[in-house]
Amino acid sequence: MNLTKRALLTGAAMAMSLAAAGTAFAQEKTKVGFVYVGPVGDGGWTYEHDKGRQAVEKHFGDQVETVFVESVPEGPDSERVMTQMALDGAKLIFTTSFGYMDPTINVAKKFPDVKFEHATGYKTAENVGTYSARFYEGRAVQGTIAGHMTKSNVIGYIGSYPIPEVIRGINSAYIHAKKVNPDVQFKIVWAFTWFDPAKEADAAKVLIEQGADVILQHTDSTAPLAAAQAAGNVIGFGQASDMAEYAPSPRVSSIIDNWAPYYIKQTQAVIDGTWKSEMTWDGIGAGMVGIGEITDAVPAEVKAEAMALKDKIASGEYHPFTGPLKKQDGSDWLAEGEVADDGTLAGLNFYVEGIEGEIPQ
Amino acid sequence: MVRLEKRLQPSAVFAWATPVMAVIATMIFGGLLFAALGKDPLVAIRTIFWDPLFGQYAFFYRPQLLVKGGPLILIAIGLSLGFRAGIWNIGAEGQYIMGAICGAGAGLAFYPLEAWYIFPIMVLAGALGGWVWAMIPGVLKVKFGTNEILVSLMLVYVAEQFLASVSLGLLKNPQGFGFPGSRNLQQYPSAHNAEIFEGTGMHWGVAAALIAVIFAYVLLSRHQLGYHIRLTGEAPRAAKFAGVSPSRLILFCLGISGAFAGLAGMFEASGPAGQITIDFNTGYGFTAIIVAFLGRLHPVGILLAGLLMALTYIGGEIAQSSLGLPSAAIQMFQGMLLFFLLAVDVLTGYRIRFGQREAA
Repeated sequence: MNLTKRALLTGAAMAMSLAAAGTAFAQEKTKVGFVYVGPVGDGGWTYEHDKGRQAVEKHFGDQVETVFVESVPEGPDSERVMTQMALDGAKLIFTTSFGYMDPTINVAKKFPDVKFEHATGYKTAENVGTYSARFYEGRAVQGTIAGHMTKSNVIGYIGSYPIPEVIRGINSAYIHAKKVNPDVQFKIVWAFTWFDPAKEADAAKVLIEQGADVILQHTDSTAPLAAAQAAGNVIGFGQASDMAEYAPSPRVSSIIDNWAPYYIKQTQAVIDGTWKSEMTWDGIGAGMVGIGEITDAVPAEVKAEAMALKDKIASGEYHPFTGPLKKQDGSDWLAEGEVADDGTLAGLNFYVEGIEGEIPQ
Repeated sequence: MVRLEKRLQPSAVFAWATPVMAVIATMIFGGLLFAALGKDPLVAIRTIFWDPLFGQYAFFYRPQLLVKGGPLILIAIGLSLGFRAGIWNIGAEGQYIMGAICGAGAGLAFYPLEAWYIFPIMVLAGALGGWVWAMIPGVLKVKFGTNEILVSLMLVYVAEQFLASVSLGLLKNPQGFGFPGSRNLQQYPSAHNAEIFEGTGMHWGVAAALIAVIFAYVLLSRHQLGYHIRLTGEAPRAAKFAGVSPSRLILFCLGISGAFAGLAGMFEASGPAGQITIDFNTGYGFTAIIVAFLGRLHPVGILLAGLLMALTYIGGEIAQSSLGLPSAAIQMFQGMLLFFLLAVDVLTGYRIRFGQREAA
């Protein structure tokens, strides 16, 4: 059995060196692959990753060739797409969904010379690094605006899946909304999808019917903003992408994923041969998380306060999870002035005190 | 003028020729589509149909055909039996999910014990999970006359909610840092549906699919039950006179298609996918309906159709990556295949006549 495996790998290696030789004669192009979970036109998550890819093409010009495959299901299909890119001579492959984690590790084992970058996961290897953004920093700014803007004191939140990333966002938004408006209340609906305009619209409508006049979303489509627009007097925020087509209202601001600087940096590292496996987790300071323009629908003093908070987070002066904070059950989490460590945040699985409802299990 | 004239007997020649005609028509119109997108149609067609089989990296793609085609064939064989008798199980996707949950769940219940009997228990649990899920529309139809199309389809969405629930709760990997998804069964040897011969893509699910093809062939051509299935589909009244019990047939057909779909899910979860996650199901249960019809509900036809479908998936991915074709174009291409099949199918039952109808 080992023999056949080795035969397969030797075959792969031979084919790869042949392919490499072929391209070396033509031109010294570095091929960079991107595996997307959604369509590039989703207007959110995948759209922003593809903008990062385009930025790489623009930055490097003839030096780099990028390839991508969109709407790749997680699991064995993604494993095949990654293998195919590696066989085809890609030197660096970005796999841009959490569910690509084990497939990325599997494929990376077979291609030790190819570098892999997996978004939002926790498994690394010699040739696999991970990267993610501290979206919760943006949520703090969002929560501040939401807390000021709500008149009904009910803020609706559309969660995708109850995973640490989403729970961090809910907690961060709640903490900062509560800070500026002690009467604020969060209503949370779980959509169990990242992208499903119909479901997201339904969730938004339910929340609006329950009195929410601010809708926060952790799903990727513009459907919740459309629902807010239809309802009138309801505001929301762009998610993952700016969603500026709904400005100045209902979209009053947005959290923008900005992958371009990171993609350019890592591509450069592969070209220079200096790439190392790292776990990158960057936020507003490094430019990975952007805050979209706060529109005039927001009063000037609220806007100023939100921008001040953004600057304090960017400079590292303030951390959105700073004590005193208690867990939902009333037990202590962070003491006065204490800051949550990355390990706890990475696996965050509880609400802070004051949020009603249970995290689905 | 052109008109259609009903054949007295369905044409045996066209029954076999129409799938080939559909594939050729798909190539022509797909090529036009690719040309309209600014790609060389011949290169695109070659990339999709030729490269995975005989291209530079065929050594990798050929085994992948089995990995991708195996579950499609296994599910489609089960569905075809019911379809032949006019029993429409549209919810194979849900049965596939439930089989995967039950199969993987049975395996994980033993973790970390290593024993030879774990995998066979998982196989049984997977088949049982799919069977039970298909029995719901079956029993409802027999007892209350509900429509099995609607009930089986709606149960897909129920199964998806179950899948999300166990991924986040019951089957969640305790060492997964709070992320959804079960342990990876590829790292649990007793529960791993490994390749039977490494590097061939031939895992137990593919073996099961091939056995299912033979089973269905023998059942339909040699066994009385198979005769009853065919008779019920072709002449329901005659079947009644021949003493066929509709209830038993409904339960058998739904049960076997559910069990096959459940097996496919279990083999996928314990093999190529490795784990139960929220997005575990990728539409095999629905694609298998296309495969069943593309294969003309015939076991051997389904075998070929499953491999052809797998080929368009794999070739489509290559075309996306190397030619920059959008995935929507590939999906349209696959849709064309079914469309043309149904369109040319009319030739099996009708013949085209040119000119005026003579006065009769």
